[in-house]
Amino acid sequence: MKSKGKFRNSMFGQVVYRLSRNRMAMFALAILLIEVILAIIAPLIIPYDIAAINVKERYQEPSAQHLFGTDKMGRDLFSRLLYGGRYSLLIGFLSTLFGTLLGMLLGAVAGYFGGRADNLIMRGLDIFQAIPGMLLMIVLAAVLGTGVEVTIIALTIGCAAGNARLFRASILNIRSMEYIEASQSINCSPAKIILSHIVPNAMSPMIVSFTMGMAINIVVCAALSFIGLGVQPPTPEWGALLSDSRADMRMHPYLVIFPGLAIMITVFALNMFGDGLRDAMDPKLKN
Amino acid sequence: MEQKQAPFLEVKDLAVEYSSDGKAVHAVNGISLTLEKGKTIGLVGETGAGKTSIAKSILQILPDRSARITAGTVKLEGQNLLDLTEKDMREIRGKRISMIFQDPMTALNPTMRVGQQIAEVVALHNSCTKAEAEERAKKMLEMVGIPRDRFREYPHQFSGGMKQRVVIAIALACEPDLLLADEPTTALDVTIQAQVLKLISDLKEKNNTSMILITHDLGVVAETCDEVAIVYAGQIMETGTREQIFDHPTHPYTIGLFGAIPDMNEDEEWLHPIDGMLPDPTDLPPGCPFAPRCPYATHKCESAVDFTMTPDGHACRCCNLERAEG
Amino acid sequence: MARYILRRLFWMIPIILGVSLLVFTLMYFCPGDPARIILGQGATQAEIESLRETMGLNKGFFPRLGEFLVNTFIRFDLGSSYISKAPIVTEIAARLPQTLIIATLFMLTGVIVGVPLGIAAAVKQDSIVDRICMVIAMLGASVPNFWLALLLVLLFAVNLGWLPAMGMGGIEYYILPTLAGAMGCIAVQARQSRSSMLEVIRSDYVTTARSKGVSMRNIIFKHELPNALIPVITCAGNDFGNSLGGALIIEQIFAITGMGQYMVQAVFNRDYPVIQASAIFLAIAFSLIMLVIDLLYAFVDPRIKAQYEGKPLFKRSGKKVTA
Repeated sequence: MKSKGKFRNSMFGQVVYRLSRNRMAMFALAILLIEVILAIIAPLIIPYDIAAINVKERYQEPSAQHLFGTDKMGRDLFSRLLYGGRYSLLIGFLSTLFGTLLGMLLGAVAGYFGGRADNLIMRGLDIFQAIPGMLLMIVLAAVLGTGVEVTIIALTIGCAAGNARLFRASILNIRSMEYIEASQSINCSPAKIILSHIVPNAMSPMIVSFTMGMAINIVVCAALSFIGLGVQPPTPEWGALLSDSRADMRMHPYLVIFPGLAIMITVFALNMFGDGLRDAMDPKLKN
Repeated sequence: MEQKQAPFLEVKDLAVEYSSDGKAVHAVNGISLTLEKGKTIGLVGETGAGKTSIAKSILQILPDRSARITAGTVKLEGQNLLDLTEKDMREIRGKRISMIFQDPMTALNPTMRVGQQIAEVVALHNSCTKAEAEERAKKMLEMVGIPRDRFREYPHQFSGGMKQRVVIAIALACEPDLLLADEPTTALDVTIQAQVLKLISDLKEKNNTSMILITHDLGVVAETCDEVAIVYAGQIMETGTREQIFDHPTHPYTIGLFGAIPDMNEDEEWLHPIDGMLPDPTDLPPGCPFAPRCPYATHKCESAVDFTMTPDGHACRCCNLERAEG
Repeated sequence: MARYILRRLFWMIPIILGVSLLVFTLMYFCPGDPARIILGQGATQAEIESLRETMGLNKGFFPRLGEFLVNTFIRFDLGSSYISKAPIVTEIAARLPQTLIIATLFMLTGVIVGVPLGIAAAVKQDSIVDRICMVIAMLGASVPNFWLALLLVLLFAVNLGWLPAMGMGGIEYYILPTLAGAMGCIAVQARQSRSSMLEVIRSDYVTTARSKGVSMRNIIFKHELPNALIPVITCAGNDFGNSLGGALIIEQIFAITGMGQYMVQAVFNRDYPVIQASAIFLAIAFSLIMLVIDLLYAFVDPRIKAQYEGKPLFKRSGKKVTA
């Protein structure tokens, strides 16, 4: 009991404690964990080969045999959806991770060094942000082409600017706080101030922005694939699944309903979890 | 029945409870006080003692989501305000009772012109044209020492002291019978404090307004109040006239409060702070709330303590009067 | 105020030049030979070579960049499409109205539906109304708009047959695209207005207003809303700006010939001048919208107006710290 009490008193412990009391956030976390586990073990549990073409069994309605039915080539949608989670989740995760890291690097340089470096970086970001988000994506897609790797690169570039701004703003904000001055006044070394004050305090908005950003990137990735610019069929990324079956939508609606549902549930859970995380990290913000 | 006229303001057994994270916060616990027309009573106590909640419950402007008046009556000239409908209460707010708030920086609407904010209360409570209300607002501005041509400016164009003057102008625009002043000078520069205090006193004098002055500054009390009530953990610990309290402070807490002020006439090296902190309002001690900090506490203090009359005739909530006076 | 606007417009110049440089460079390094794209697969090497010469494609990066910038910003000539050979200016002019209509519809629907939802949720905080509003907002924020578009088409066009599935014409053609595209705007507006309203409800000046005896109705409309709605303007502006180029999937699904669809087509056709020109055009439009938002801000919030008016025309001031 004593050790638990101590854990609760640490900042991280308090965040975890508050988060664990938020039922919606925990529910969202459970969904996300299940999705990640399913994606990891997908090759072991999927009932059908995702690429096996079986013309005799094309356009099967959902049934016990084919849980979500089959597509125009007789491929099992349930298997493809489970396997596709690997692409959608991984692309979303990696692009957001890279985008956040790149953004933090730029933001830290701008915020910490200030002056000319700050000006240069901020004007560069202005240029990127003067192009509406989706538009930037398709311009990048036009240059980079299609495929999993290039989609990750495009999404990374797309979300880096916002993250850089966010990280810079929180660094500037923290640097002007009185507790930084207080630490300086008791002769804390700059390294210690950066590591024990600035970084931990600037991280919480980044973590929240990571969950929300991953939600956005999963949707944008699906959207790009849907119009044929991101990941290409037959890769079973969720947006590509939608794109693949769009023509069959009228006769076989289940082919678009299930992949879309998968995207929506994931994004919903990420947003929900991000909300809970924000409330847990800064109880003042909670309404 | 006695034919005695009802006192101007009579608060009886008032209790206010906030709910926070499912816990009940006992902010005000059975406050009673009376106030005559034209007089000023000072509510003195530490931050968090429940003084503001008392004032807000008289006006019934507690945050209605989280706070609740759980017991008591607030009678203005014999009429219980807590029985009034919201609509009738609105007639009283701003007209018969008005309030000056602690922080002038946030008390004014940032997107509304200051003159408009004064004119609004005038127009609400008087049947007059817009122009008349504005003229009255300009007069009020002048009365609190702000040139009338600043009527059309916004709060951000004013300094803290001027904002507080505007707040005062709003509070006094309809010449209320009762003014609730909640730490009106705390957020201001020391140099401005005296000006604002004098302004309030003068305007109050002019209209024979009664006032409840909330403060933790005993110096302010000494200057402005006729009566004093010492508030601790949502209860009145000691109450009497200014002279009684200042000349014969009786409750250990009151004595402690005086001990925390430097006495310029004596050559003391140290102030005497009161040790400890206010009790947790979600978990008040069953007896005297001050007992945990009181140097004279005995086992008697563990059960509820009622008022006792002191030799000079004022009320004090302490069961060890003889000891405390020593 | 005028000086502020001038200053902002002045600062747009480097941004737009930067965007042009960025887009031009990206296009320059794009794979594929424009001459071959124009002439098609059947062209001989000699034909391609001579076209490259007349188009100036054999010149280096900087001469071509210079030529491009001069054409765009001095002659106001955005060039012609590789595919249709039509001048891009006329094509954009033909498509812009559709996109403007769509973007306006998205933005308005977001405000008209989202803001009342958010205000209702805030006023009745923690009640069932609040919960329902917030779940709607959360779902709205999570549903991919192109998928919602497909579902709406399935339900209202294919199964019920109430509305047309695609194309352009009367009001009925705009209902489904608006429903699908505005869902995100509604969600953002609802969440934004709820949280800013909650902040305002708790502010001291609302307590002051209550102490004056102002009625609940007037507190909401005169004191709370004017302050709570300030962030709504930003959201609405963002929605509008993003819809200008970002509604491309909705445009594609419903076969609306707007800017977004134009650009997607251009990407597929490797029609570089079109991509280049529309990206720059939209960046200018986007920057102008952001300027309009900031001016609207000054209009509703006197504090911000004072801030703008206080700034000298060309002084390098500390940039806003907000993200």
